[in-house]
Amino acid sequence: MSLGSINKTMRTTAFKLSAIYLIIFSIFAIFLIVYISLNTQLLMTRQLNSTIEAEVRGLVEQYRSGGMPGLVKVIEERSRRPGASLYLVTDSRGHYVAGNVAALPKWVLDERGALEQSVPYQRLGEPERKEYNAVVSVYEMFGGYRLLVGRDVGEREIFRKVVEQAFIVSAILMIVLALLSWMFVSRKVLKRIDAIAEASGNIMRGQLDERLPVTQAGDEFDRLSENLNTMLSRIEMLMKGLKEVSDNIAHDLKTPLTRLRNRVEVTLASESGDSESYREALEQTLEESDTLIRTFDALLRIARVEAKSTQIEKCALDIGAIASDMSELYEPVAEDEGAVLTWEAEAECLIRGNRELVSQAVANLIDNALKYAVRHVAEQREKSAKDGSGTLPDVARIHISVKRKGEKPENGDANDPRPIILTIADNGQGIAKEDRARVLQRFVRLDKSRSQPGSGLGLSLVNAVASLHEAHIELGDNEPGLVFSIHFPPDERAVADKVAQESD
Amino acid sequence: MRILIIEDDIEAAAYLAKGLKEAGHHCEHAADGDQGYDMAAKSGYDVMIIDRMLPKRDGLSIIEQRRAEGDETPVLILSALGEVDDRVTGLRAGGDDYLTKPYAFTELLARIEVMARRRNPGEVETTYRVADLELDRLSHTVKRAGESILLQPREFRLLEYLMKNAGQVVTRTMLLENVWDYHFDPQTNVIDVHISRLRAKIDKGFDPALLQTVRGSGYSLREPD
Repeated sequence: MSLGSINKTMRTTAFKLSAIYLIIFSIFAIFLIVYISLNTQLLMTRQLNSTIEAEVRGLVEQYRSGGMPGLVKVIEERSRRPGASLYLVTDSRGHYVAGNVAALPKWVLDERGALEQSVPYQRLGEPERKEYNAVVSVYEMFGGYRLLVGRDVGEREIFRKVVEQAFIVSAILMIVLALLSWMFVSRKVLKRIDAIAEASGNIMRGQLDERLPVTQAGDEFDRLSENLNTMLSRIEMLMKGLKEVSDNIAHDLKTPLTRLRNRVEVTLASESGDSESYREALEQTLEESDTLIRTFDALLRIARVEAKSTQIEKCALDIGAIASDMSELYEPVAEDEGAVLTWEAEAECLIRGNRELVSQAVANLIDNALKYAVRHVAEQREKSAKDGSGTLPDVARIHISVKRKGEKPENGDANDPRPIILTIADNGQGIAKEDRARVLQRFVRLDKSRSQPGSGLGLSLVNAVASLHEAHIELGDNEPGLVFSIHFPPDERAVADKVAQESD
Repeated sequence: MRILIIEDDIEAAAYLAKGLKEAGHHCEHAADGDQGYDMAAKSGYDVMIIDRMLPKRDGLSIIEQRRAEGDETPVLILSALGEVDDRVTGLRAGGDDYLTKPYAFTELLARIEVMARRRNPGEVETTYRVADLELDRLSHTVKRAGESILLQPREFRLLEYLMKNAGQVVTRTMLLENVWDYHFDPQTNVIDVHISRLRAKIDKGFDPALLQTVRGSGYSLREPD
């Protein structure tokens, strides 16, 4: 590894995390081991001392009741037991009387009581001269006799060694674990971060359809990736919308522009340029440019609504009132065209929405229904007149209704949880099942000849407005005719909004 | 009328000035926000036409400042931004009317003429009168030559707006905005149908016809010359 790569390694999050983990864990482990070993040593020493004391007391009692012969007998008996304590009885001059100790430093017998430090000794009857350490206690008895009782501290030493070993082993284990966790973190976790970074790099370079990797782990990384992916999908959708608009502009706006340009060119080039023909050409140009402006405005508005701009203000709206208003606006038009426009609306059909946009959507729908129903009925009449069948078909009918879906719930809650359905039904030609999804797209006109006026944007706007309001559209058969319905989800905030608006 | 045009597109401003001059108005032009503000502050105008996006200084801030300084001159905002919310922010800033580019010159002319007339807000008339047509805003009654005419509520409001601006040209969009409060463009000319219904009620059988169609612009309620 070069210096640079070491430096880089040390800067990674995985390395930092592992180092912190190692330090914290080491401190904790050292503390734990020191604490345990100190406490255990203390406990064991205390236990040794109390055992010795108990024995001393027992033996002194024995000497009082049975005299020296009794004590010697008991000591000899106890010495033979496996793992026996150390016993030594001497007379006043320090001569051996009984016991199992072969050698001992001279000064020990001059002490009294429990000794603070451990003492080297040699056990009686052992072939080789081996020195052990023991904790001893010396007691002076009646008649100048001295009694020494001790216990080997080998056990305690062994325990200390075990603790030492445990410490070394756990230290090694910790370092290995830290290394392993570092490797795990850097391999697994950093690899995922790298994957995310790589994918986002590709996206930045223009591959907008690429998505961040999502594993099945369901962890924070997955959540992050999923959120970012949702965001990317939304952005991609908006980009697609934008591209579609520019394609549409290229296609559907260039045609009238070409027409406009050609007309001006031809008029300018014509030899017999009297002012009358100029005026006519100019008037047509004006009309054509107005149509273009309208189409352009409609496209921009659709794009804006589809972008779900948060700037679009929403307030409490009564869909029923809007439908009635719009029906009232169009009713004289229908009457003029010999059609019958009827409407009904349930009270309190509140949603949160933009009045202007919802109204325009309803207007577009009524406009469409009227146009197609009137035309269809006229065609039918023409046909039956030709056939001479004599039975005149019905007049064009458009019915608009706003209703809550389903039964009213029992409790008189102000927040009605039922969705609101706005329906516009006509008795025109209707739309074939396979065309129903298509008509909501921009510039799609089922009328191939394009003889009827219209931009093919009316229903696209309706679609965009519906999705802005989280509503969904259903197209059905009115037998004959079309039933166009928009299902608005109930919105609890609408009632609160309305109260706020009224108190303003 | 003295009209101030604050518009950075020189050619568009020149066309506008030419049209307004032909309609009998006097125009002055400012090409950027700072100059526009100075001119608006120095001399009084009857109407100001202010583009929303201007170099040096934004059109809305000019309006806001002039309003804060107590200038009540009617302002028509011109803007390429035509969404509902853009209009609302424009009107909140103190504009009296809002027109989206590209606009028809007749539309602009009709709007500023109506705007300039609306200068006495304190004076509220309770009855409007044009020739022998009378509208009482309090009792909601309409009479022509002393004869009562029954109108639907919407027809009443339509006539009320026309009479309030009697003698002026009102366009279809102005009617849709002021009588119905809608700012979108219905594909069918619904206004024409409503006008012809109203005309059947107030003009049919009477002489002269008061509700006139102004070709290429809109309608006007007035006594014929």
